[in-house]
Amino acid sequence: MATKYDWPSAADRSVIGRSVSRLDGAEKATGRAKYAYDRNPEGLLVGRLVTSPHANARITRIDASGAERMKGVRGVVLIKDIGDEVQWTGAEIAAIAADTEEIARDAVRTFKVEYEVLSHLVKEEDVEKAGNRVVPGQENTEGDPAKALQEADVTHEGYYGAATITHCCMEPHGNTVHWKGEKDITVWASTQAVGRIGADLAKNLAADPSLPKVSPSDIRVITPVMGGGFGSKFNIDSWGVAAAKLSRMTGRPVKIMLDRDEELQMAGARPSYFGNVKAGAKKDGTLTVFDVESWATSGVGRGGNPALPYVIEPPNQRVRHVNVATNTGPARAWRAPRHPQCAVITHCALTDLAHKLDMDPVDFFKKNADLTARPDVYRTEIDKAAELIDWKEKYHKPGEGSGHVRRGLGLSIHTWGGRPHDSQCRVVIEPDGAASAEIGSQDIGTGTLTVIAMVLAETLGLPVSRVNVKMGDSSLPPSGASGGSTTVGGVSSSTRRAAVNALEKLKEKVAGDLGASSADEIEAKDGYLRLKENPKKRIAWTAACRKLSTETISEMGNQPDRDGGKLADSGVGGVQMADVSVDMETGIVTMNKMVAVQDCGLIIDLKLAESQVYGSLIMGICSALWEERVYDQMSGVYLNADMEFYKLAGIGDIGELVVHMMTGVYDDRGVIGLGEPPAISPMAAISNAVFNAIGARVPTVPVTPDKVLAALEKKGGMA
Amino acid sequence: MEAFEYAAPNSVKEAVGLLSSNWGEADVLAGGTDLLSLLKEGVHTPKRVVSLKNVSGLKGVSASRIGATATIAELLGSSSVPAAVRQAAEGITSPQMRAMGTVGGELLQRPRCWYFRNGYGLLGKDAKGKSLAPNGENQYHAILGNKGPAYFVNASSLAPALIALEATVTVTGPDGEDEMPLEKLFQTPSSDSQRENTLQPNQVLTGINLPGGGARSATYEVRQRQLMDWPLASASVALKMSGDTVESARVVLGHVAPTPWRSSDAENALAGKAVSEDTAMAAAKAALSAATPLSRNKHKVQLARVAVKRAILQAAG
Repeated sequence: MATKYDWPSAADRSVIGRSVSRLDGAEKATGRAKYAYDRNPEGLLVGRLVTSPHANARITRIDASGAERMKGVRGVVLIKDIGDEVQWTGAEIAAIAADTEEIARDAVRTFKVEYEVLSHLVKEEDVEKAGNRVVPGQENTEGDPAKALQEADVTHEGYYGAATITHCCMEPHGNTVHWKGEKDITVWASTQAVGRIGADLAKNLAADPSLPKVSPSDIRVITPVMGGGFGSKFNIDSWGVAAAKLSRMTGRPVKIMLDRDEELQMAGARPSYFGNVKAGAKKDGTLTVFDVESWATSGVGRGGNPALPYVIEPPNQRVRHVNVATNTGPARAWRAPRHPQCAVITHCALTDLAHKLDMDPVDFFKKNADLTARPDVYRTEIDKAAELIDWKEKYHKPGEGSGHVRRGLGLSIHTWGGRPHDSQCRVVIEPDGAASAEIGSQDIGTGTLTVIAMVLAETLGLPVSRVNVKMGDSSLPPSGASGGSTTVGGVSSSTRRAAVNALEKLKEKVAGDLGASSADEIEAKDGYLRLKENPKKRIAWTAACRKLSTETISEMGNQPDRDGGKLADSGVGGVQMADVSVDMETGIVTMNKMVAVQDCGLIIDLKLAESQVYGSLIMGICSALWEERVYDQMSGVYLNADMEFYKLAGIGDIGELVVHMMTGVYDDRGVIGLGEPPAISPMAAISNAVFNAIGARVPTVPVTPDKVLAALEKKGGMA
Repeated sequence: MEAFEYAAPNSVKEAVGLLSSNWGEADVLAGGTDLLSLLKEGVHTPKRVVSLKNVSGLKGVSASRIGATATIAELLGSSSVPAAVRQAAEGITSPQMRAMGTVGGELLQRPRCWYFRNGYGLLGKDAKGKSLAPNGENQYHAILGNKGPAYFVNASSLAPALIALEATVTVTGPDGEDEMPLEKLFQTPSSDSQRENTLQPNQVLTGINLPGGGARSATYEVRQRQLMDWPLASASVALKMSGDTVESARVVLGHVAPTPWRSSDAENALAGKAVSEDTAMAAAKAALSAATPLSRNKHKVQLARVAVKRAILQAAG
């Protein structure tokens, strides 16, 4: 039997697929939306953190007495204790709650910590100098790479990489926590995981036997709006646990939000990746072998394995990867973990190989699309992107051109899963006609609330303005964390299921009036319930709901983890192309244009989907041209933990952005997540465009003027 | 920030009286775009902050005088400002900086050196007294006048342009008012007790005077972003022309040395020549002939060269 949970066909959609502006846009733009930072409950205390000035040290003495004695200081909790090690500058040691932020800051300065300073390493770019900090990682061989390199018609060797960057969330990490009674804790959290924070906090509090035992259900987490996480906001973190303990200690709500410099130092980073590549191909351009020795740092932690080679998988490949343990802020997931860096290492090397083959990269990547999981998707998308950036007209061989400003084009391709996560939704229809979706998911700024409203409206045959969404609260039916591009598939599917179930109940109520023998003969459309076969036989939505009398319809929809049925799926491809200008005398790179062509199955809200891609392109441009974390080896200090020399783009720096969503082509696959994929390709596409402009490879991103000039010098000047 | 006493006197004389004869005890507050971050980051911990907001007579922009507390926005709003100064001010792209930042504050802002801003002092030394910049992250540091112990670059974008135009400044201290060439306001500190300017701790900068004289001027900044960003290198040029020939030139580089860096070599290379791509390049090479880049800033020599060349060509029109 066919499932009853499916999307309406294109002809039957009146809301899904349209461009709807985010429903909470005005609230956000006018400052009425309440973020965790905006929560100021009665009696609020403000907490600040004591952090390590050393990159690697053991704590030998802690003296909190000065801070504790200060007027207005209400509580001090230790995050680290005597004997513990702190392994990067900015690592959290203690938290202090006070009547005002100023007092808390003064108290932090009087808090005395003594250390035994240990030796540190903060740089990993030169792996030869990393010594015993090198930790073995993945080793993998397929086919016979050595033989394939010998037999290849053309080979290329090169060094490529991407610097460590941080997440730069608009809203910093943090929470306002109120521990009211033994088993009554409220957390106003800036989180990507409303449904996970309670369990995480309960687990952390359980480690302290002096505290009453609380279970996740004693903790209410509230996050109606959130200012960006990008993979860095899944946990309660040390400062959230400290805020809870300080609230318990004082009986008052405690707010700890990170400062911008703290945010950059301790709240997550995207690992660097570097690699020495050897690649080989046949004369006709077919890639036969990819061999890479790669390294990365995730801070003091171990780090994961690379996604190398990226997307294009030749029959012969070898990957030898090591991680370098450095005394730097720890890594956290960042939009499509590992993919953007591995796209640089792979697609920059392949573009250089294409150059050796005297092939246009468009031809090379289309030829080797056979070595990907989605040959037709990539070929179609490469053609579309090439058309939108005018590749045929504007492409030239690398380095060709004259004058001191040279223009160039580059491309990269990417993939991601984007499966639906587990999600529960309750749809409630009231006798007065009110219809709402209740869902414990968070909207991390992507427009999830609007998507839920659109699915509900579509299913009930109502305009978006007539439905309500309640979300961002752990007391609502639970949904998974917003990570890995899993939210839109999860919530649109659970909402659709719940709405279908609820509508069926309403249809049953009016079946008799409409002369239908079963609910199946009725459809909800344009504000009416009507007979499918005879639309003139109809009853208005409000009149139908009045028939509920005192009854309220309340139906659940359950989207299990991963299997989205016909509603949601996983696995997409995308192509991006960049058009840059390079000043050959200064090495300054300017963005002219970027084109993103992206598949993500059925799109609920076209405007929000495009908006996701615009945001990805801007983030990608930042990391391609300016953004990097700079540590000083001598002092161990993170020198640019600020918005001054940690450089992001302004609106004048991004050029023209063109987004083309593959609507209508892959709709029957259902909804697929979009948060990660478009953030993967920008760095590789831009680096390749610079190569095309100047005819020399700048090996690592960001592509800064010093590196451009060095590459030109190595090549023998600008001619 | 540490607690401090706040004073908002009504006259320069009163302000001077409220300052201290030792550095570090009192700070002058104008627009606050630099001082507030210095206070918040704990780089400055004065006992007293003396605001100039109630002091009259320090504002205003005319062809011959720019008040010390005239804002960057006021400077940009004036039609009488020479091209080199206007172009330098246009490089301060942040609306907030333009609205709040003052011309006097722009000249006297502390270096952006990240060792200084992270608490390692103006000379950027660690606890053992070792200089961090020479073998560290010196990509934004000095390539001229960097024999040590100072390696930072002067942060002012307006100073090179004003020096090229032969501006003078008036300063008031306990002994009254003094006028000096703007060039003399800056120095390369040779010890921890010195600052990057020659003001006494109890002197206040009150105005900038422009002699006029009809030089053709221009400023060129090499910048990575349109968004507020510090130039990687800049150059300001003023040319006094006799027909197509340069009678005399003033060439001042910015963001390359602990002071705005006047290059007499470049000036001499231009004198008596007609401006062309070749003569501009020759002057640019002369300007950087004595450059001594550090481990990570060799590229700044090229960037500064390009800035000089392009400023000369732009000034000649």
